[in-house]
Parts: sequence; structure tokens; C-alpha cells
Amino acid sequence: MLIRTRQLLACLLVLVTGLSASAFTLADEIERWGLNMTQGVTSTSRDIYGLHMDIFWWCVGIGVVVFGVMFYTMIVHRKSQGAKASNFHESTTLEIIWTVVPFLILIVMAIPATNSLLKIYDTEEAEMDVLVTGYQWKWKYEYLGEEVSFFSNLSTSRDEIEGRAPKGPNYLLEVDEPLVIPIKKKVRFLITANDVIHAWWVPDLAVKKDAVPGYVNESWTYIDEPGIYRGQCAELCGKDHGFMPIVVEALPQAEYDSWLLAKREEASKLKALTEKTFSFDELYAQGEQRYNTSCAACHGSSGEGGVGPAIKGSTIATGSVFGHLGMVVNGSANNPMMAAYGPQLSEVDIASVITYQRNAFGNNMGDSVQPIDVLKFKQAQ
Amino acid sequence: MAHGPAKGFSRWLFTTNHKDIGTMYLWFSFAMFLMGGVFALVIRAELFEPGLQIVQPEFFNQMTTMHGLVMVFGAVMPAFVGLANWLIPMMIGAPDMALPRMNNWSFWILPFAFAMLSSTLLMDGGAPNFGWTFYAPLSTTYAPPSVTFFIFAVHIMGASSIMGAINIIATILNMRAPGMTLMKMPLFVWTWLITAYLLIAVMPVLAGVVTMMLMDIHFGTSFFDAAGGGDPVLFQHVFWFFGHPEVYIMILPAFGVVSQIIPTFARKPLFGYASMVYATSSIAFLSFIVWAHHMFTVGMPVAGELFFMYATMLIAVPTGVKVFNWVTTMFKGSMTFETPMLFSIAFVILFTIGGFSGLMLAIAPADFQYHDTYFVVAHFHYVLVPGAIFSIIAAVYYWLPKWCGNMYDETMGKTHFWLAFIGLNLTFFPMHFVGLAGMPRRIPDYALQFADFNMIASVGAFMFGAAQIMFLYNVIATIRGKHKATAEVWDNPEGLEWTVASPAPYHTFSTPPEVK
Repeated sequence: MLIRTRQLLACLLVLVTGLSASAFTLADEIERWGLNMTQGVTSTSRDIYGLHMDIFWWCVGIGVVVFGVMFYTMIVHRKSQGAKASNFHESTTLEIIWTVVPFLILIVMAIPATNSLLKIYDTEEAEMDVLVTGYQWKWKYEYLGEEVSFFSNLSTSRDEIEGRAPKGPNYLLEVDEPLVIPIKKKVRFLITANDVIHAWWVPDLAVKKDAVPGYVNESWTYIDEPGIYRGQCAELCGKDHGFMPIVVEALPQAEYDSWLLAKREEASKLKALTEKTFSFDELYAQGEQRYNTSCAACHGSSGEGGVGPAIKGSTIATGSVFGHLGMVVNGSANNPMMAAYGPQLSEVDIASVITYQRNAFGNNMGDSVQPIDVLKFKQAQ
Repeated sequence: MAHGPAKGFSRWLFTTNHKDIGTMYLWFSFAMFLMGGVFALVIRAELFEPGLQIVQPEFFNQMTTMHGLVMVFGAVMPAFVGLANWLIPMMIGAPDMALPRMNNWSFWILPFAFAMLSSTLLMDGGAPNFGWTFYAPLSTTYAPPSVTFFIFAVHIMGASSIMGAINIIATILNMRAPGMTLMKMPLFVWTWLITAYLLIAVMPVLAGVVTMMLMDIHFGTSFFDAAGGGDPVLFQHVFWFFGHPEVYIMILPAFGVVSQIIPTFARKPLFGYASMVYATSSIAFLSFIVWAHHMFTVGMPVAGELFFMYATMLIAVPTGVKVFNWVTTMFKGSMTFETPMLFSIAFVILFTIGGFSGLMLAIAPADFQYHDTYFVVAHFHYVLVPGAIFSIIAAVYYWLPKWCGNMYDETMGKTHFWLAFIGLNLTFFPMHFVGLAGMPRRIPDYALQFADFNMIASVGAFMFGAAQIMFLYNVIATIRGKHKATAEVWDNPEGLEWTVASPAPYHTFSTPPEVK
């Protein structure tokens, strides 16, 4: 009996020392398999990773002791091994020990956790601000004071999602326009939502903040290295909650500046385009593209409907142009799912998507809308 | 003359007998367990590999929502009320529950609540699709029309729970046999007494929050609508003020069950009875002051964040005390490993693992990375499946011979255990990994790096599901069985329920026993 016990203890000892010795080489393996939290690319994410690993090892330690005793007793104190039951059932000393010791461990954990939390909450002295707005199901980024703002949509194709095309390496984690920010700058995110609650999360930055309608939450990051960091919406926000990724591209200051410049030029070009008259085919082609990113999720990729009503043969798409403009620009008065796209899409986009809807799916209305019509419609309101 | 049960369906419809009502609660809960399980398997089938194959996102969201609601309100809670009905009167030496007619009513409204909730699956616009936590405004302004039926169903479930809780408190406080002082009560009775107070405290809060939703949806108020001056975050505070105690409502009776079972098979009295009672009470108290740890990312002021972090970490202390007591109960015992004991030991180990991840989640800054990922899904399934569900299964194996007078098939019971044990670990352990690696919860499709572990989880889920069919078969075979159980069933178990014959007569303790 005694020998058995000793052998068992020896085995346990070997196991425990073996585990802790190989823990460091294990760490690399774990990283490779994607089993663990990312260490990320900011001091915040590294702090959080450190806290995570500390509390994890405390749990492992406690687990080894508790489960060790448990398995020891399950192996040794069996009736089939002739074990006779003792009758002890109380010890105030033991109860006090196992109340106080965990309490002390908690204090040891609470101190660094408090420090990190205070640091994360310090959003003062940011060098630039980006307003992040969650929409069903996309993100809008507005560079405050820079006159640059745009929407960021999922760019993975329906074909990939529905298995008609092979899935790319960044499947579901790619967007048409990433958020671009400079490195080595404290960037503050002001986070809100337009419809339901979303959450803006990029694991590598360790930024996760709920986007709540009516609130403006604050968060910040400071990225050291250029790179592309991917994340997703983390709060259930309806049908396409799983399809509104976040991509952050961190650039050196100079490259960021030229990107910003290009973006501004693009915006003024787009403004100029509002004055331009487009051919039907141009509008139709552009409209098809925009329809697939902005409308197809609810109305179906061939206008057959889904969560939203069908476009094919709909009274609005085959009714007056004025009514159609009103629906797209102002949204539905009865159904909040149909948001107002006036503030979300450019005049060119609205004109082309309406043209597309009126002529695709067998609607064949034969008419078209020019961007200038959209602008006039908006101004008339 | 002792009355036997009436014949036919009216026996069940009109019964006021605690044993009949307990039986109905248990069968109802098992039916809901299977239904919620099927919803879960739809989820796991869709998540078997990346891409959309089986269901569309809107239906996927209905499945996650209905799975959560059915499991919480339909499977776990009624199962514990069923156990309470069967066992509390027998454990305290009472002839029946204190309020038998209300007992009948509190059961019979449940099937209607769930019929209504399930019928939403067939409605225009589909079933509720906003998650079992139904955050506004997704569940109000943006909800499908069926949300009104959901609200009414929740009201009925709440009424049922409150009535059940009142009955349990009235029974325990008034109907104990002479000599059965509070500190002599079996731990299952203690944990249920505390649970019943939790229910009475928080079910009205749930009723309140769904009523506010109803007002927002139909009567033009703006409790949760920012555009009307309301506050979506208010919803979360009210919901979690209910929701966190609710979590303990689902686990405290489980603590009671394993505290009955482990001493029997360790052949040693429960270690630290008094500290178990105090620990349970502390957990119940703490459950009221930790709710906002579900909302660490919502944008609370840092002071609130710190308060809820510290309070949450504190829960580890009384929970640890309970685990240490169970382990010490086993220590130097004379253990055997019948099916109820296997499930109870698995409970202690796996619930502790769930407790560890809970402790990790309590660290607010770390929670910024864990929140709303599969790490959370892994955490609460580890405390609910091997926690609540395993304890219920353990209880059924443990007391079934007392209930129906026959022994179950031990080999099949053990096979059920090992299949369930392996299945559940295959399902939920990999969820820790994908969660840490960055997979959000409640998504119908996922990035490629999560594929391997999701596939493993799906295989495990089907294995776990199949194992429950074996459980059903074993229970039915036992009820119809021929292997008569003795009155004691086990080797010298503690408790008044073992002093009556097996099967327990329709009426027990018509004259109260004397407890020394």
C-alpha cells in the first residue's frame, strides 16, 4: 500500500515538473496551432495576454492540487482495494485555510488587473480620433476633422460563402475598404451604432467595445508595427452578424498621409461625379455591384427577397421613381430593417442602384436615375 | 383508507400528489432537453465546416435563441423543480408539498408556455432570433413579430417558477418532521430553499423587463429606444440583474444533489456541512452584486468596472470551499463508482474547470478579449452541462430505484456516462481554443482557422446527443424492469427517503417520523 502511494506520488511529481519544464517550448507550439489568445501588437494587448496567462497558470496550479488529491483518493481509497471509510467530517482549521488562501491569490491577481484596467481606460491625449459607427451589417469610419469618411463592407463573395467557389485565405475577414491608421500614434476610437448594438473588436489591438445606439463609447490604440489586423463584430446584431468583419491597416505616418490625401481627392472626385451624366449601362453595371454589397443580404441576390421583400416585381421598384428614391434615401417608415441609405451611400451609388433595381430581375422599367436627381431629391427635403 | 392514484389521464391532469407532479416535471423537462438538443445539433451541423450549408443565417439565429431558452427555462429549471417535488417532502418527512393545488397549476401552465414558444418557429418572420439574452433594440424595434408570443411565454414560465418557489419555501419552513431543525436538513433541501428565494427575487425582474419590451413594441414607450430618449444599456442592467442569479438558480440545486450522492458512495459523511450551507448562502448573496460582469465591454465607468470585477472574483472563494469540501468528503472514504457517483465526480471536475474559466472571465481587462467569444460559450457550457445536466442525470440514477422500485442497468448507465463524458468534452473543450483564437459566438459561418476545432466539436455534440437516447431507454427499461430494489437501494445512504419502501408508496409520512 505504502509503496503504491509512493510510486504514485513520484509519478505525479515527474508529470508536474515535466509539464512546467516543457511549458516554454509548448508555448511556441500553441502559438502555431492557434490555441491561445494572441499577444497582439500593442502594449494593451500584451498586458492583457500577460494577465490571461497569469490567471491561467494560477488555475492550472490549483487544478493540479485539487485534481491531484481527488485522483489520488479515487485510486487509493476504493472499497475494492479494501479501503475502510474514516468518519471525520469537520475541521474549522481546514475551512479557514481554504477560504483565506484563495482570497490571497485573488488579491495577487486583482492588483495587476486593476492597473491594466486603469491604463486601458485612459483615453486622454489622443493624437487623432476616428468615429466608428456600427450599421446592420457594416462599419462606417469617420476621420474627425479630416473630412474623410467611408463604409467598410465584407468583400468575401456569396459564391465562397455558399460553396460555389474555393474560400480565400482571409475568408470572412476581408473588407472592401479597411480602416487605415498611422503607427506610433495614440488613436482614439469613438464608437457608436446606428441601429442595434454591435461590438467593434480587433484581437491584435485588444480593443473590444460595444457600439450602442445613443452612446458614444471610447477606446484607443497605439500600434508599433505596420500591418493588417483583422477582427469581427462581437455582439449579435441580427442576420448578418457573422458577416461584418473589421480590417485595420496600420501604416507609417508618411504612407498614411498620402493615403489620407488620396482619400480626400477621391471624395472631391465623387462630388464632381454627381454633376456628371452617366449612360444607362454605366449606371446598371455600377448598380449591380452596389446592390450585391448593400441590398442583396436582405432582398436576395436575384431580387427574390429574403428577410426583406422581393425587388423583383415590387410595387416600389416598378412604381414611380420618386417613391423609389424616397424608400432608398429615407428608409421604410414601417420597417426599421430598411434603413435610410441617404447618408450611407453616395449620390452616384444611389442613382445606379435604383437604376439597377428598376431594370434587373425582369423589372424592365427602362428608366434610369442620374446622380444629380438624387442630389436634388435630397436637397428638396 | 389510503387513496391510490386515480385512473387514466385525469390522474395526471388533476393530481395534487407531489410524486405525480414531480414525475410530470421530469418527463416534461426531458422532452424539452431533447427538443433543445435537436436545436443544438442543427447549430453544430451548420458549424461542422466553414461556409453556409444547411441553414440560412436568420434560421441559425432562431436556433441559438431557441436552444438557449428551451434549455434554461424548459430543461434545467423544470428538472430541478421535479426533483424538489419528489424529494423535498420525503427528505423532510412531510406528507406532501404545502400547497398541492398550486403545485398542479404551476406545472400545468408550463406545457402551454412552451407550446406557445415553439409555435413561433412556424410563424411569419420566424421564431425569436435575438439570442436567449434578447438584448434591446434587436429584440424590440428590430424583432420579428413573434416576439410578443415570446414575451407572453416568458411571463407564464416566470409565474410557474414563482409559484413553484413559494411552494418549496412554504413546504420547507412549515412541514419539517419534528426534530428536523434547519441545520439537520439534507443539503439538497438547503440549496433548494436558497434557490427558491433567488427565484422569488429575480423572476419578477424578468417579468418586468419583458413587459417593458412589450410596452416599447406595442404601446409607444421608449424604455430601450435611444431615439425616443430611452436607454439600450438599461435593458442589459435589468436583464442581468435577473440573469446572474438565474445562473445560480440552475447550479445551487445541483450542488445539493452531488452533496447527497458523494457521501453515499464514499461511505463517509459530507465534510463541512455547516460551511456548505454558509458557502451556498454567500454565493446566493454575491449573485445579486455581480450582474454587470456580463457587460464589461458596454462602456461602464471604470469604478463600476472595478467593483464588478472584485465582486465577481470573490465568488471563487465560496465556490472553492464547496469543491474542497467534496474532495475532502471523498478523502479516506471507501469508494465505489456506480453511475450516480461517476456523474457526480465528473460534475466536481468539470464544474471546477468551468469555475476556472469563470475566474479568468472575471478579470475585466482579460474579459475584453474573451467577451462574446466561444471562450464564453465553453465556460457556461462547462458549468451548465456537466454542472446542472450531469447533476440531474446523477439524481435520476440515484433516486430512480426509490421512485419506481426497480434497479437500473448499471452497465448501460456506465456506458451512458462515458459516452456523455467523452462527447461533452469533445464538444466544449475545443471551444476554449477557438474562442481564445478569436471566434465570436453566435455566428453561422467562420474564418478558416477555426475549422478543425469546430469539426471536432460537432462530432462530440452528436455523440453527446446519441448518448441521451441510451439514457431514455435505460430509464424506461428500469420503470418496466424486474430487478427489485431494496428500500435502502444503496449501501447505508443518509436520509429519510431511504426509510420508506421502494417504490415509495403513493403517500409517505402521513404521520411524521421522529428525527433525532
